[in-house]
Amino acid sequence: MTHTAHFKVWRGDAEGGGLADYDIEVNEGEVVLDIIHRLQATQAPDLAVRWNCKAGKCGSCSAEINGRPRLLCMTRMSVFDPAETVTVTPMRAFPVMRDLVTDVSFNYTKAREVPAFVPPPELEPGEYRMMQEDVGRSQEFRKCIECFLCQDTCHVVRDHEENKPAFAGPRFLMRVAELDMHPLDAAAESGLDRKRTAQEEHGLGYCNITKCCTEVCPENIKITDNALIPLKERAADRKYDPLVWLGNKIRRRGE
Amino acid sequence: MSTGTDPTTATDDPGEAPGGARRGVYAPSRAAISAAHLRTDRWWLAPAATAAGLLAFIVYSTWRALANADYYAAPYVSPFYSPCLAENCEPMKGGPNWALFGDWWGLSPAVIILIFPLGFRLTCYYYRKAYYRGFWASPPACAVAEPHRRYTGETRFPLVLQNIHRYFFYAAVPVAVILTYDTVLGFRDEHYEWGHMGLGTLVMLVNIVLIWAYTISCHSCRHIIGGRLKHFSKHPVRYRLWGWVGRLNERHMLLAWASLVSVAVADLYVYLLATGVFDDPKLF
Repeated sequence: MTHTAHFKVWRGDAEGGGLADYDIEVNEGEVVLDIIHRLQATQAPDLAVRWNCKAGKCGSCSAEINGRPRLLCMTRMSVFDPAETVTVTPMRAFPVMRDLVTDVSFNYTKAREVPAFVPPPELEPGEYRMMQEDVGRSQEFRKCIECFLCQDTCHVVRDHEENKPAFAGPRFLMRVAELDMHPLDAAAESGLDRKRTAQEEHGLGYCNITKCCTEVCPENIKITDNALIPLKERAADRKYDPLVWLGNKIRRRGE
Repeated sequence: MSTGTDPTTATDDPGEAPGGARRGVYAPSRAAISAAHLRTDRWWLAPAATAAGLLAFIVYSTWRALANADYYAAPYVSPFYSPCLAENCEPMKGGPNWALFGDWWGLSPAVIILIFPLGFRLTCYYYRKAYYRGFWASPPACAVAEPHRRYTGETRFPLVLQNIHRYFFYAAVPVAVILTYDTVLGFRDEHYEWGHMGLGTLVMLVNIVLIWAYTISCHSCRHIIGGRLKHFSKHPVRYRLWGWVGRLNERHMLLAWASLVSVAVADLYVYLLATGVFDDPKLF
């Protein structure tokens, strides 16, 4: 089953650009990235697109298809009506480099701002032992392929460039949650309060839990329900709940 | 209620930041696309339906809460008026009317108690998403540009107060206990004889099950039950409870709507009985 589809692909760079029209062959079983590659092979050899695995695991081919942040390699052509125009643009939250390629260095800056796992001082490497129920929560977050679609769709930075310095974005708040839930992370013992810094240094309060990060996640991680809201509750323990504060003073809790 | 964003005025260009710079998806470094979004699906349907549903409930519940009439039809009491804590409450035999507020309270007694479920739902993580999207377009839908010049989210007063959700959860539990008591009282007939059941009892039963399911599925409850722990392996009972609450929590949105509808239906049922529109059909 082959048909000709109408594509609009954003072409340009930081100086400017626009949507270019293409009519292109589509075969059964293909994904949008296949069509982009066919465009490169037949009509637009200089079309820039970032891609690697074509299996939804490397997180490279993030873009926006008909206005929705998606992976090019995981969006099947069969979801579109053959008569429908398919519009492909680069992610609109990040600076564009060329065509479908954006500069995602904002995310690497934010990644560096999250303090790494703090090894427990009493254990040597190789001596770490953890129960499955203690690591189950964090394992969901480890599925993240760092495609940055959640960062792209989050209106806190997508619609407000000025919030970028203050807000880590869902992917890296999820990283803070992952480390705070890690059974062997010794951050607290070393004087680092991840719950407090989530609010004070990584901008957790900017999140208004409208769940777009969860909606676009290609790994189906429940970012909002399982990472951001639990982190908000943990921050509330520290900053807004006098009862928990009193309880922590009287005896050690939350172990 | 302010939602941490400054609305644009009619003369403002939503793509322009204070100082005249292009902002958001129109920022000079981003791909030059003139449309605020390129979505082709009916993205506006969900926020519009949410806003319409919430608005309908607000109008109905405001009318009923301020009416101060037709909220008791033996043996049923409207959930909007339970517990009834003022002297001016209708007498309910064995019912939840305790005149803690005495006779100086002249307003509808529903106002006293509704502040707790209202606060619980207003600060609820699901309803926050619903009204931020539906009423304040912050954002209206995913990847659809919002029409606000500035955004500070829940970092400042008043929205920083959303963090007290857990206290409203604590308050919602005793209210649910009292509504459970009301449901038990529904197993009487209109002469207060026990061992009877009418269609109203069934309505109250469904309502209280949904109220409990919504209350227990709350994200704050999930955190208090076990989410705040670092080592589940040291707390097997709390870990199991956390798992159960987590399964309910996945349906929090569904339960939020179902319980909102059921509480309105339970109130409407009592209103129809109290105004004599029909008699409660007896099951036994």
